[in-house]
Amino acid sequence: MVKKWIERSYSGLIFVFLYAPILVLIIFSFNESRTRGNWGGFTLHWYADLFRDRQILSAFYYTLSIGVISAVVSTIVGTFAAVGIYNMRYLGQKTILNLNYLPVLNPDIVTGVALMTLFIFFNFRLGFLTLLLAHITFCIPYVILAVLPKLRQLDKNLAEAAMDLGAKPFYAFRKVVLPEITPGIITGALIAFTLSIDDFVISFFTTGSGVTNISITVFSMARRGVNPMINALSTIMFTTVLLLLLWINYRTNKEKEEDEDEKELQMYNVLGTAGDTLSDDDRV
Amino acid sequence: MGEYMIDLKGVSKAFRKDQWVLDDIHLSILEKEFVTLLGPSGCGKTTTLRIIGGFEAATRGDVLFEGKSIRDLPPYERQINTVFQKYALFPHMNVFENIAFGLNIKRVPKEGIQKKVKDMLSLIDLKGFEKRRVHSLSGGQQQRVAIARALVNEPKVLLLDEPLGALDLQLRKEMQVELKKIQEQVGITFLYVTHDQEEALTMSDRVVVMNEGRIEQIGRPEDIYNEPKTPFVANFIGESNLFEGEMKQDNLVYFQGKRFQCVDKAFADTEKVFVVVRPEDVELTGKTNGIIEGEVLRTTFKGIHYEMMIKSLEDEKEWKVHSTERRTPGEVVGITVRPDLIHIMKRG
Ligand SMILES: Nc1ncnc2c1ncn2[C@@H]1O[C@H](COP(=O)(O)OP(=O)(O)O)[C@@H](O)[C@H]1O
Ligand SMILES: [Mg+2]
Repeated sequence: MVKKWIERSYSGLIFVFLYAPILVLIIFSFNESRTRGNWGGFTLHWYADLFRDRQILSAFYYTLSIGVISAVVSTIVGTFAAVGIYNMRYLGQKTILNLNYLPVLNPDIVTGVALMTLFIFFNFRLGFLTLLLAHITFCIPYVILAVLPKLRQLDKNLAEAAMDLGAKPFYAFRKVVLPEITPGIITGALIAFTLSIDDFVISFFTTGSGVTNISITVFSMARRGVNPMINALSTIMFTTVLLLLLWINYRTNKEKEEDEDEKELQMYNVLGTAGDTLSDDDRV
Repeated sequence: MGEYMIDLKGVSKAFRKDQWVLDDIHLSILEKEFVTLLGPSGCGKTTTLRIIGGFEAATRGDVLFEGKSIRDLPPYERQINTVFQKYALFPHMNVFENIAFGLNIKRVPKEGIQKKVKDMLSLIDLKGFEKRRVHSLSGGQQQRVAIARALVNEPKVLLLDEPLGALDLQLRKEMQVELKKIQEQVGITFLYVTHDQEEALTMSDRVVVMNEGRIEQIGRPEDIYNEPKTPFVANFIGESNLFEGEMKQDNLVYFQGKRFQCVDKAFADTEKVFVVVRPEDVELTGKTNGIIEGEVLRTTFKGIHYEMMIKSLEDEKEWKVHSTERRTPGEVVGITVRPDLIHIMKRG
């Protein structure tokens, strides 16, 4: 009894620590008063201000365009990479997959500094293009990780069956393989988009020429001093990312369930062959 | 050399260096023939089919199709279709779309596709199943859709890799009859793979017995059964008693310390041979009237016959005997074999 009570309050406490700051932030984004300490009544004033601030509007624009383009490009590149990896021999597959995990586990700051160094080495001017390339780069491994399991679930003979019926390899891929792995591809794209709009560290090191996304804008505003607009902007970011994550979660859960359904169906089919014999008799 | 539909010329395959999965396969298949590759799991049957279908390249040797080499043709340019072991139906397409897949690629006009698919569905007894999702079908029905999807392209050769392997016994028997009927109706070459010897013997015009990447024997089902060329074939096809013996002269073979009349010529002076006798070919006589005396160890009722294990009093070796006559364990009996039922094959 007591033990359970302790367990509950312990996890409750953790949640308070985790979510209290965000909750406070959200509440104060609707606070009329400029000072952080006291509540001056409900307002949407700060949100309205956001959409009048040219710097913030441009940050929105960059965040969204970088997010969309890097999601699209990294999804295409990552999907083909996954197909390539899938078709490799076992040993090569393992090597590449480990190499693929490296950027996923690598601290963002290392990735950011490394990319910056690379861009400077090749005399790239830091700006929109370098920011985009950086985002595409760090999204690709996640897309691969989303698509590869779908390929592995696939019947190995599907593409061969299509070619057997006269399909050239790319047509076979498009007509037979692609529809089967589409759920994984969409999940991969959503993850890529979420990571891109969420990223601060890597963006910070790889952008320049006045191109800033929302997280960098929040950072520089916060350095300049107290501004309640920060609360509003952060709230928007938090809610967007939260919703995206919920969506991704929902999708992955649904896919798992469907796979289980399919397995059950196959089980049913194996069992159902006995019934089939009966109906075959009816035919005669 | 144009008379063969498929002609494998010394085909060998190694996935890893010097590990030969197929070793010098020579196989010529005629038009409209039903040929079965038969052998234990892992002997290279699927690999042989995949080389003919174009999914694997032969490491050595050549594959001829109507006399021309197809070694370098990709699968989509071969007039050969395959029914895969696990069907490999396209899950997101319905039955109609699955069967129409090949026709769509060949840009057959819409009405043509409609008609051909309909004909196929009636051939495989699945009329009215056009709109069904393939996952909602039973194993036997999926199997038939896979066959229709291949046959609708009017291939000259159909490759079938253990197509009935996943079905239960009774359905398998029905499908054997049905498949044979379909093959006769469409009149094309079937190259069939199975590890089930009964299936091979009942369906095929010719059977190819394979073992460890090699062909052991090619022949009509009766010949394979009655005249096995190697001990492996004798053991794999049906049951048999296998003895080591010697031939000293024509029509006389020595084994188990006795002389038996046979109908084979001696290959050389004192040739080492294997002797094969089918359990149903062993004759039981009175104790002293046989060539060999033996004691009945076990007797099992098998339906149409009794199966008895009989220990030879000569050398303790056991004979398996099938007979409608029951002998009780402990009884001592005589054993003889008719000369033409003794099968001799070279040893060493
Ligand atoms: N892609 C492959 N890579 C390596 N070895 C393989 C491959 N395919 C088959 N083999 C090996 O080749 C042998 C024959 O396989 P297979 O042709 O599938 O036999 P069967 O169909 O008669 O059971 C087996 O030992 C199998 O392990
Ligand atoms: Mg096989």
